[in-house]
Amino acid sequence: MSELIFAREGQGAADDDSEMILNMGPQHPSTHGVIRFIVRTDGEIMSSAEPDIGYLHRAIEHIAEKCTYEGFMPYTDRVDYVCAMTANHVWATAVEKLGQLPVPPRAHYLRVISDELNRISSHCIALGAMAMDLGAVTPFPYALREREYVNDLMEELCGARLTYNYHRVGGVGWDMTDAWRDKTLKFLDHFEPVIAEFDRLITTNEIFVGRLAGLAAISADQAIAYGLVGPNLRASGVAFDVRADLPYAVYADILPKIGWQTPVGRGAMGTVGDAWDRFALRVEEWRWSVRILREALDQIQQTPRGEFLIAPKRLRPKGDALARVEAARGDMACYVVGDGGPHAYRARFRTGSFNAMGLVREKSRGLMVADLVALIASLDVVAPEIDR
Amino acid sequence: MQAREIFDTLVRLVGDAVFSFEEAVAKDGPRDACFRVRADSVALVMAHLRDEPALRFDFLQNLTAVDWIKRDVIELVYHLYSYPHRHTICVKTDLPRGAPRVATVARVWPTADWLEREQYDLLGVVFEGHPDLRRLLMPDDWIGHPMRKDFREPKSYRGMLTSRPSPMDLLQTYDRAHVAKPTGATAASPTEPGPAKPEGAT
Repeated sequence: MSELIFAREGQGAADDDSEMILNMGPQHPSTHGVIRFIVRTDGEIMSSAEPDIGYLHRAIEHIAEKCTYEGFMPYTDRVDYVCAMTANHVWATAVEKLGQLPVPPRAHYLRVISDELNRISSHCIALGAMAMDLGAVTPFPYALREREYVNDLMEELCGARLTYNYHRVGGVGWDMTDAWRDKTLKFLDHFEPVIAEFDRLITTNEIFVGRLAGLAAISADQAIAYGLVGPNLRASGVAFDVRADLPYAVYADILPKIGWQTPVGRGAMGTVGDAWDRFALRVEEWRWSVRILREALDQIQQTPRGEFLIAPKRLRPKGDALARVEAARGDMACYVVGDGGPHAYRARFRTGSFNAMGLVREKSRGLMVADLVALIASLDVVAPEIDR
Repeated sequence: MQAREIFDTLVRLVGDAVFSFEEAVAKDGPRDACFRVRADSVALVMAHLRDEPALRFDFLQNLTAVDWIKRDVIELVYHLYSYPHRHTICVKTDLPRGAPRVATVARVWPTADWLEREQYDLLGVVFEGHPDLRRLLMPDDWIGHPMRKDFREPKSYRGMLTSRPSPMDLLQTYDRAHVAKPTGATAASPTEPGPAKPEGAT
């Protein structure tokens, strides 16, 4: 590696020794992966925290130029390994849009079901880890216990527990069985009371609320300007969800049936867009995911069994297409350019964590060092998704 | 607002700085409506796109640079979205591949700060006036821009090899050393690649 660059030229520590430069990471347990922050502090108060990323840069976009369109699918799992389904989905959608490929309705339902299950398990990590970063260790195993159930379901559906490689260009890899559907419904019955339990245990916990309310509030204007997406954007009071506002797959059939209302942060405990809002919003998204899952598992019964994949014969698309999908970390965009060859000429993933990290330097000014951990955790960044 | 109206609005504002509007087509072209902008007018056009009340593109959702090595250009692709109006547009501009320079939009959308840094890092597009144009993903002392189509990876970086031998080659080397000896006393247990047996063991 290059020498550690602690401060850039002209921005070194102040001459009067009032500021200290502190290196947080790359291997810090509460940075959610390998990220480094160069923190400048005066006592406990930070004047800035400069993120230094790239430790997990695996050049996914470059690999996409070397693989066939279908063959790149397993790599998309690694864009965001906590919520790999949606990365599968955005790649499949982008290529289908580029190649004008048909997708059977049952595949759309299976995609929605797998996405929403993955959203539940991803928020389990996000919420559990956030509580743990703030010093409450108990909720973490509670959340991970639920995640294990989802992982079991995923394993039965597609054979993998983390990097699913389930979606295909033109559909999905495997159909679900009736037994799996029953198991999933049973899990939802079990999970709904758990959400209430989780709320009692941690979301409305007095100490937890006192720690997070009013902390690092992000206004709606700031959230939009810095390109925050997904739960972080909604927590700031902007009612935008790709699933509802730019419906893809079969969300347009599902959401009106369940009376969808995009959940937004209301500042119930402090300011709109504070860290508590971001936490509580993800709990709320659990509830919506459960409702979407129930409706999707109901509607999928009307689609013909076994028709879950129309594999493209010869994929040589020309042109460019952008696809947007609501991932667990928000609006994930995939831009793919084809030049008539078997590989993508250029592929680009724009992810929620990447945008959120761009805000950290701005938002960290004036925070306490310990609050930086809360800020990062509340933005729910995942290091591989930042670096790709 | 439809993409065509967005383009017409811009033509009224900036004249011929924007041109060649393309509707989304099903085959051999863009799947999202887009238009081009002259490279020297990017900052002006983007400011209009954000501030014009009828347009109000407040979210720069994606910025991509594409290296078209045969045409000798680097194409910048801006994908914009408007939360108030819920409409979207794609804006493209061509830069000369030898010296791709364009005005920054980091003051129009703060999120462009990191997006531009990434495109600078990976494709070498210089965003003039950017507040902090440094490499983002690659190490600070990396040479070259790895997403360029003619980039060749150096053999090593600071003494670390950037590639490793194929495991299959290693296996063949192992086979030659341990297996391919049909006669002779040293050919003991060729199928077990476990630890070497001590001297004198049976």
